[in-house]
Amino acid sequence: MIRVEKLTKRYDATTVVDDVSFEVERNSITVVVGTSGSGKSTLLRMINRLVEPSSGRVLLDGADTRSEPAHLLRRRIGYVIQGNGLFPHRTVAENVATVPRLLGWPDERIQARVTELLEIFQLDPALYAGVLPHQLSGGQQQRVGVARALAAEPAVLLMDEPFGALDPIIRAKAQEDLLAIQRRFGTTVVLVTHDMDEAFHLGHSIAVMSEGRLLQYDRPATLLTQPADSFVARMTGLSDRALKLLALTSAGDAVLPGESEGPRVASSASLREVLSELLWRRADSALVLGEDGAPRGQLTVAAILARAHP
Amino acid sequence: MSFANLLRLAALALLLTFLLSPQSFAPLFAPLTHYGAPPIYDQGNLLALALAQLGTVLVAAAASTLVAVGLGILVTRPVGAQFLPLSRTLVNIGQTFPPVAVLAVAVPLVGFGEKPTLIALFAYGLLPIFENTIAGLRSCPPAVLEAARGMGMSPAQRLRRVELPLAMPLILEGIRLSLVINVGTATIGSTVAAKGLGEVIIAGLLSSNTAFILQGGLVTGLMAVLLYDALAALERRLSLAVPLD
Repeated sequence: MIRVEKLTKRYDATTVVDDVSFEVERNSITVVVGTSGSGKSTLLRMINRLVEPSSGRVLLDGADTRSEPAHLLRRRIGYVIQGNGLFPHRTVAENVATVPRLLGWPDERIQARVTELLEIFQLDPALYAGVLPHQLSGGQQQRVGVARALAAEPAVLLMDEPFGALDPIIRAKAQEDLLAIQRRFGTTVVLVTHDMDEAFHLGHSIAVMSEGRLLQYDRPATLLTQPADSFVARMTGLSDRALKLLALTSAGDAVLPGESEGPRVASSASLREVLSELLWRRADSALVLGEDGAPRGQLTVAAILARAHP
Repeated sequence: MSFANLLRLAALALLLTFLLSPQSFAPLFAPLTHYGAPPIYDQGNLLALALAQLGTVLVAAAASTLVAVGLGILVTRPVGAQFLPLSRTLVNIGQTFPPVAVLAVAVPLVGFGEKPTLIALFAYGLLPIFENTIAGLRSCPPAVLEAARGMGMSPAQRLRRVELPLAMPLILEGIRLSLVINVGTATIGSTVAAKGLGEVIIAGLLSSNTAFILQGGLVTGLMAVLLYDALAALERRLSLAVPLD
């Protein structure tokens, strides 16, 4: 879907992004994570050419992104930034309609799309379509920012620390919203963050960057079990890597046949959550329920612990 | 109706009454005259003079606005950034060069009448509009501009749809300052035969008639205050839509 080839950005003597190559799968969430100054933001901004690469190229569906004017390319790519950057003089509906208007959609189609998106993001159009951004809460503004980025049905969504300014509770909700939206529209998402927990929670793949270089690009579990070097290991967190690994597997994927008198857990719960529940209730095993509520099997503490290491 | 609005209305009513029927104020101004001199300016129609002065100021302000806003936009673009020091110097000269001196220089070039006055007012009115345009365009939040770029707006679309609307309250403030300064300054146009209330003041000075001087000054002052107030109200309406944060 997105193919980054030997991408490099230099400002005079400093190399901000150094020979980075990777490929993003269609319909997946890729999280680029790194410390501040690692070049992760510059890397993201080179994908929609807000920053022009010094060398290397980006292919979108096989086509070089330089084959069309930059502003036309950006209309096809959703873009969300920290602090959302909503237009303060435009209403919520006008903000969301920005890109469709640039693309010259007919009014009825824009209207329908804006209404659909506001509903998806739990902003009642009757209440919120006509208000200005400063009249919204931080969480609502953030949702409008994402709705605006998705308005023209882009196949690719780029997000630059989109949840950085939110408090923990609203951030968790925003992350769940993003996962739901991504499943619903099948959008290919590239998200930049410095928060490793966010990376593990959202990413189907994680790219770890430091000092402009891509250190490792892998599935989250591989990052934990086979870190490329000590920096990646430290970045992913040595102290709780066993628990992080458990958090990546759902109860439904690890379920074993059998019955249990213990607490009931949903198959969508992570092993980390199931383990916590078992420890809390001093139980040895849990009954795993499917989405229909019917028992699917059981999980013991021993079986969970067996998955907590490489 | 609030006290402020009542005051505005009273000032406007006073101005209009005086301009439409100046003779009814004759008893008020009579104590200021000596030896039976006329208490009310009688060598021309006060209303016509006031309107002529306002017209001159508005034409000059329109030209100042066009040039100053255009320059302000140019020097805040990457291509025009190198012209900022030069533009600033030119605009500053326009403000520091006394309008009277501009008249003296302009008369030999364009002759007597409205033209030299327009040139003097145009040059004098550039600075506030120019500086406020730059300040307004620079005050646009970086995140908003970044989002506008990221959404795929071309530079012209960003300017028209985002930067100018956000800068508008400050630009309007610049235009207001420029207008009000020039309503007063325009009286000097009468020294080079431009129609205006300066005529009344000069006639008063020549004949030692304090009543004339006061009439020219008061009408000019009232016009400036009312104009300032009306434009400020317009700005408030506009900036209500745009929070400053």
